[in-house]
Amino acid sequence: MIKSLDPRVTRAQIEENNTITPLKDLDQWETYEVFHQKKRGDQHMHVGIVHAPNAEMAFLFGKEQYGRRGFSVNIWVVKTRDVFASEYDDSDIFDTVPEKQYREAGGYKVMEKINKYKKGV
Amino acid sequence: MYGNAYIDPNEKANLILAEEDPQKLAEFEARIDRGEKIEPKDWMPKEYRKQLIRMIEQHAHSEIIGALPEGTWITRAPGFKRKLALMAKVQDEVGHAQLLYSAAETLGKSREAMINDLITGKSKYSNVFNYPAFTWADACVIAWLIDAGAIINQVANAKGSYGPYCRALDRICTEESFHLKYGHDNVVTLATGSSIQRDMVQGALIRWWPPIMHFFGPSDKISQHTEILMKWKVKMASNDDMRQQFLDMYVPKIWDLGLSIPDPLLKKNTATNKWEYTEPDWDEFKRVINGDGPCNAERLAVRRHAEEHGRWVREALNNVGSKYIVPLA
Repeated sequence: MIKSLDPRVTRAQIEENNTITPLKDLDQWETYEVFHQKKRGDQHMHVGIVHAPNAEMAFLFGKEQYGRRGFSVNIWVVKTRDVFASEYDDSDIFDTVPEKQYREAGGYKVMEKINKYKKGV
Repeated sequence: MYGNAYIDPNEKANLILAEEDPQKLAEFEARIDRGEKIEPKDWMPKEYRKQLIRMIEQHAHSEIIGALPEGTWITRAPGFKRKLALMAKVQDEVGHAQLLYSAAETLGKSREAMINDLITGKSKYSNVFNYPAFTWADACVIAWLIDAGAIINQVANAKGSYGPYCRALDRICTEESFHLKYGHDNVVTLATGSSIQRDMVQGALIRWWPPIMHFFGPSDKISQHTEILMKWKVKMASNDDMRQQFLDMYVPKIWDLGLSIPDPLLKKNTATNKWEYTEPDWDEFKRVINGDGPCNAERLAVRRHAEEHGRWVREALNNVGSKYIVPLA
């Protein structure tokens, strides 16, 4: 038995060469992604993951892990496998080509037209 | 709380870069040079993945095991306020382990595999936690100086190249700042208190100085394959540089309190602007990290006990959907 400086360890009567069955896959469950809102009115933001057997436990762990310092007013949890994400390798899908100026504010030059009109050309 | 990851000097420094696709490797290194982060699904060299897993996993284990020497004094903390603060600190450390395990998992090693490797002794954790906290003052010195060392290491690594690790470290550093202030306050209270309190904290400092000097890992002279890891921003500062930074920041604060540090050679060389000190006993460091320290056996036995005795809780949660139905006949 371990005689420890920590009275809790001594009381637990732990054998020094104890052995345990190794943890099996999913012993620690699957993962949930946690999103929090810092204050009312803000967007929710991804803060990390927790391992949990179900959404309620994920919520509890998420609150404890990411919200215990009072930095959150609201938390969402969602199973990692339910997130449909893009690949960084495909990041060119976000590129915009120059001829799509018609959907940018900068694509509209009204002042040029107004000035031209005022000059009475 | 964590020092530098320990690299076994006997491990073959076989960086198998020859097997990597040179074009992908060049793109990868260019991304790092531009200061961009690497994300989990990006291509990365095998060695980068391997070293990051080893490093983040050791860091996570250190947080878990580090809770044990400090937790030793929860039941006997002097006063309710200090007990609450210590419990909050220990909870933080365990929370840090959760964040770090999560970051390591993104590289492809499961949490179960990491826990198994910890409890069988296959994975390492920070060597300092193989030493005992004999008195309350030991817990105070740990909270101040070990956490101070950890912050130096973590602030540096938070600027590294791997996104999930950096994000975890940013969050951890925020919490560690409370630990440092709490630890400093405790040490100052003892050092400015009665002669018994002063003796207690001086004794703890004498006991903890060698582990503190070991904390940042072996001297650069004997530490291997640092170069490529620094190029890839896995390691952000050399062991000796971090040790210098620590001495620069904390030796004056220790001396301010009139405490003495048990190293007659410790002084700052004004010509080189570097600290000189007695070379830490790296043979002892190796002996302890390989299992032969004062508390290695206890730490792992306690961890195994906790894992085994928590199993029923995890299993009970697994069956949360099941309901009791009155037998039919």
